[in-house]
This record gives sequence, structure tokens and C-alpha cells, in this order.
Amino acid sequence: MSIPTDHDSHAAATLGRDDRPVYDRGETVCVIGAGASGLVAVKNLREHGFAVDCYERETGIGGAWNWRHDRSPVYASAHLISSKPFTQFPDFPMPDSWPDYPHHSQVLSYLDSYADHFDLRPHVWFGTEVVRVEPADGERWDVTTRSTGGYGAERVQRYAAVVVANGHNWAPKTPMYEGLDEFTGQVLHASAYKDPAQLRGKRVLVVGGGNTGCDIAVEAAQQAARCWHSTRRGYWYAPKYLFGRPTDQVNDAMLALRLPLRLRQWLYQRTLRMTVGDVTRLGLPRPDHRVFETHPIANSQLVYYVGHGGITPVRDIVRFRRHSVEFVGGEQIEPDVVVFATGYLPRFEFLDPKLLGADGDGRPELYLNAFPRRQPTLAVAGLLQSDSGLFPLVHWQTVAIARWLRLRRDAPERSGSFQARVEADAGRRWHAADVEDSTRHWFEVAHVDYLRALQKALDELGVVA
Amino acid sequence: MTARDRVRIMRIRDWARPVPPARREVLHATPETDEGKPPVLFVPGFGHGAWAFAEHWLEHAAARGFAAYAVSLRGHGGSAAAPKATLRAYAHDVVQVAAGLPRQAVLVGHGAGALVVTRALARYPARAAVLLAPVLGDLGTVVTALRRNPVGTLPALVGGRLRLTRRQLFSRELPEPVARAYQARLGRAAARAQWQVLAHRAPEPPVGDPPVLVVGSPDDRVVPARALDRAAARYGHAPLLFPGMGHDLMLDARWREPIDAILDWLDKGASF
Repeated sequence: MSIPTDHDSHAAATLGRDDRPVYDRGETVCVIGAGASGLVAVKNLREHGFAVDCYERETGIGGAWNWRHDRSPVYASAHLISSKPFTQFPDFPMPDSWPDYPHHSQVLSYLDSYADHFDLRPHVWFGTEVVRVEPADGERWDVTTRSTGGYGAERVQRYAAVVVANGHNWAPKTPMYEGLDEFTGQVLHASAYKDPAQLRGKRVLVVGGGNTGCDIAVEAAQQAARCWHSTRRGYWYAPKYLFGRPTDQVNDAMLALRLPLRLRQWLYQRTLRMTVGDVTRLGLPRPDHRVFETHPIANSQLVYYVGHGGITPVRDIVRFRRHSVEFVGGEQIEPDVVVFATGYLPRFEFLDPKLLGADGDGRPELYLNAFPRRQPTLAVAGLLQSDSGLFPLVHWQTVAIARWLRLRRDAPERSGSFQARVEADAGRRWHAADVEDSTRHWFEVAHVDYLRALQKALDELGVVA
Repeated sequence: MTARDRVRIMRIRDWARPVPPARREVLHATPETDEGKPPVLFVPGFGHGAWAFAEHWLEHAAARGFAAYAVSLRGHGGSAAAPKATLRAYAHDVVQVAAGLPRQAVLVGHGAGALVVTRALARYPARAAVLLAPVLGDLGTVVTALRRNPVGTLPALVGGRLRLTRRQLFSRELPEPVARAYQARLGRAAARAQWQVLAHRAPEPPVGDPPVLVVGSPDDRVVPARALDRAAARYGHAPLLFPGMGHDLMLDARWREPIDAILDWLDKGASF
């Protein structure tokens, strides 16, 4: 039952690239990142018989969920917004003793036990960042690494395949506003927001109607002297519990009935009207879209605090002045702190965007958010915005990646039909509803539509003698 | 690829109706030094609790360097009562305990506990699995049980308690008072779970492709030899047989032989 570790076999450099030595790692697969997506990729690739080298720029696992990492976006109070059954890996459940919606620190300890349970750490090179990933002969890849922070020499190694799992919630996206430069108050992105103490006693403007924006607005309502919450549009604020059960579980019970999307939307909107009620009465804008058409917001407290006067809803920002902010409609306020909960942009600084089929805006064009059109040995894991938990989706996505690489290795003559599907369907969206076309929703998928598509891919890729 | 090998990833029932938690009894024996061997989790059959493995096998496995655990399915042994439990709830108990162990575990299921293990294998990538005298619900097993012990078996078919006789469970070698003491400790599984043994959907395929070993006795008066062959054939090999033993291999007089064979198989790398 012993499997040799991958570290003991570093062959001598027999190849070269621009006069640099290249160490050939044979059939080994390179995984970039040891966050949730990277770890599940390592586990599933190894389960399918691949040797794996995983590179992680930090000194621990957990990626975004590890609050010690400088790129981690989590704040002290962050809790999951999907309940446990939607959050856990399908083959490694979270403990029964945990609450319906675990705290972010529990997610990190969950990933820690996942890494220990499946003995993944020996395959991870910590404190090593990937500088470049370049195509080499025979659909292989040259991966250049060095110690994080640029210390030490660069090292080039050649891999049979590369799985990119570098996350997409670490490069903050801050919108440009007129006059933002001259604003004298404090401006921070949600990624720099860690603790409600940063808001205590201050007048706070929170910008952004996503889940993070709503969470921070609620904390400001509890801690700050005043809180304004600016959103560009109206949203559907789903409570975390409906009829005494986690809302996502109630929603999926409806899915089990296989009702058509429109009927589900109608039923869900009815239910929200009956439970949350008419939010325009409290001064919140009316949703300008059907439910399920934007990334869902799960927050029971936002509407509550608006109703208690703790949060004042305001409209979209027009411009900043020295001491004030002006909104559509002419309203002006004078906040001490502005928190931009305006999301993140994906970044692949080590990879030529063209390899991922990126369009002019930089949006990669991938099949099932994982497979680029022309690079059969390159895949991306976890580049998903799900209306539900991410981990189960990445799990099956990496199983599909592992099965694809196995099929190519063991039965290349049968890999044609999947390759054709990748080329035909790259860039297709996996969401039955008519989802907004903004960078926020670039990778938006409905878990059910996405998993159904993935099921088909897995069935096709499972045919290995 | 047959429908049976197809991994099913749409699990709306698991998501929308998760199994409610229940307090679980887990008994264990740990080796003095960690030799890097995988932990072994024993799953007792219906009516039995973790005690059945605590009697001999846990200590024996620990002495051979395996961290050994036994769980009582809900409603059994020292676990919380669960009169409405289903196979899904039992499999949930097994997966919860397995995922809570420090390393990837080997699952060993006995009797109907083997059926529970086949379910758990679809939700947890076990290192390896052993099906001990497995009751996987084929008709032959029921007919045999009815013929050999109609009074004890019939009530179970209508939701009552299954009462196995001494001759079904143990060989003659086991001293009478010991056998009687074991029999007195037997409980019962939930009625719905009992029915599900007879009428259940085929288990989903195991995840992670674990090696599976079938172990039994040709003289088992609960599981006929044919059923052992069929179970083993499903996993592509022949059963490992221990003639002269009763159904409760872990409690019978010669309990040492099967556990040693299982641990040898694991030591060899669980390859079949």
C-alpha cells in the first residue's frame, strides 16, 4: 500500500530551454496552488494514478481560507453562505457536530484534516511560487518556479500536464470614480477588512451588494456610528433559513421535483415576498431581475438592520469630493471610511492569457470552466462562481480532469470525441437562468446545470478499460 | 461501462435532506507505535454493536500495528436509539467515523454491516474494504434463513425482530455459556433498514477504486457459500474461506484465523 513520494526522483537536467537547464518530471502532473481547489486536484489526480508536484506560494495549505495568508480575503466573522451538504467534498463530509453554516476557521481546519487524511502534504512544495508556465514539445509544459518573494534561483521543470488552481478571490477589483483621489477619508477594499474594530465608532459607507458587502454592512450596523450601504441595483435577499431549514436545502428540495425554471423562480420569489416581505418599504431598491439571475445573496440580517435603522440604503455613487460622496439623485454623505466590497478579478500572471483562450476583456474561454480549447494538457480548477458551495463542484471538476488525462495517457485513440466537445462548447455558460453579463458573473454557474453537464463529461471520460 | 459503474454526481436527496446527526459509540484500540499502517474501521452487522469487535479483533489488530476502531450503527450498542433509521443513515454513520480518522481508513463490514459498507464506499474513498460474511440482500440468503430458522426470521419480514439461533451464529467449538452471553447482547436494527436489505437499489460504485476482499465460512448458516461466491465475483475474485466457523467470525472460537488473514492481506498491500 505504499506509494513512492514524488520528491525523491528529481532527475538530472537533460533538456534545455534558452540555455537554462530543464528537469524532466516525466508523467508527473503539476498543480499550481494548495488551496481547496489545488488540494482536491492533488487528491483526485493521485487517486487516478498520477504523480503530482503541487506548488504553493504560502507556507501552509488553505489558500483563501487560510487567514494567515496575505492574499486571504476572509474577515473575522466570515461564515459560509451555503449549508454543510453543499459545502463539503462529496467524499469527505464535515463532522456532524458542526453547525449548518460553519465559520471560516472551521473550513480551514476541514482542509487541514483533508490534507492529513489523504496524506497530501508530501506532494506540496511550500513557499514556492510559479513564475512562468510555457508550452514545451509534445504538449508538455515547462514550469519555472522560485522561492516566494524572489529569493534564490529559478528552476525549470517539464511536466506532462498542468492544473491551474491559483484561485480567483485575491486580486481586488476596485471601480474608478471621479474624485476618489482627492477624498480625504479612509478607503479600503474588502480584502483589507479583517475585523469590525476597524469600523468602530466611525461613519462607514459600504459599497457593493454582494455577500461580502452585505456581511460588512451588517457588522458596521452593529459597530459603527453610522452605516450607509450603496448598491447599484435591487437584489433578492434570501434568509439563511426558510421554514426552519437552511434555505439552500429547501431550494434543492424544489429542484428534486424537476419544476421548470420559471415556476421555480415564481415559487421562490413568492416565498421571499411572504417571508422577507416587500423590501422597498424599507427604502431598498426593488430587484430589477428575476431571482437566480444574479449571484444569490444569503443574509438574514441585512433587511433586519435596515428595518432597525442601523443601515441606510443609498444608491449608486456618482462621484467623490474632498469630504463627501455624492449618489445618483444628488444625495450627499460624509463618511469616515469607505469599504469597497466590489469583488475580485481572476489573474494568471504566470500564463499567457491566449493559452486559456482569453478574449479582449481577459475572460478565459473554457469548457466546463476547466478545459481550454487548444491545450489538452492544461486545465483550470475552481474557476467557478457557484450559486451553491464550490467544493463539490471542484471535486467533480478535478475528477473529470484526472479522467481526461488518464484517457489521453491510456487510450489516446479514444480521446477524440471529448476533445471535439471541448472545442465546440468552450465558453458555454452553465446556467439555465439568464445571468447578468458582468465580470462578477463571468464564471457564474448554477450548481445543478453545471453538475448535469459535468455528469455527461464524466460518463464519457469514464470509459477506460 | 455499465450503469452500475457510473458515478452519480447529482445527489439532490443528500443535499436537500441530509441525514440528521445521532450520537455514535466508537470503540478503539491503538498500537503502541505508529508504523504508518492504515486505520481499520469495523462495522458490525444488524443486531450487533461495536462490542462484537471489541471482544477480540480490536486488540488483535492493534497488536499487529493497525489502529482499530469499531462503530455501533445508530440504534445499536451504545449509540443513540434510532427506530426509524435507514441504510442511508447507517452508511452516514460509517462515513462520518471514517472521515474523522486521522488517515484514509480500511472499512470492514460484517453481515448486513457489509451492505452498509458497500453504501459507504460510494461516499468515502476507503483505502480498502473487507466484506465479512456479507448479507447483501440476495434472495438466496433469505430463503436459507427461512428454511434454517423460520421462527426467528419470519417476524423480521413483517418489521419485527430478527432472532438468529446459536447454530447460525457460532460453531460448536464455542463454549455454550459464552455463546449464550453473546446472544443475550444482540439487539435489533430498525424495521425500515431490515426491509431495505431485501428491497434496495444496487449500491452506487465505490469511489477511489478500493480493493475489496470477501471473507466468509462455507459453514455459515446465515450466508450460503453461493452468496459468498457471488459477492466476491462482483469484485473480481474468489472469497477467502474459513471452514467450520459460524456467521459471527469475530466472536467464534477460531476468531484469530480470519482477522490474521485480513491483516496479512492489508500488509501485502491489499492487492487482488
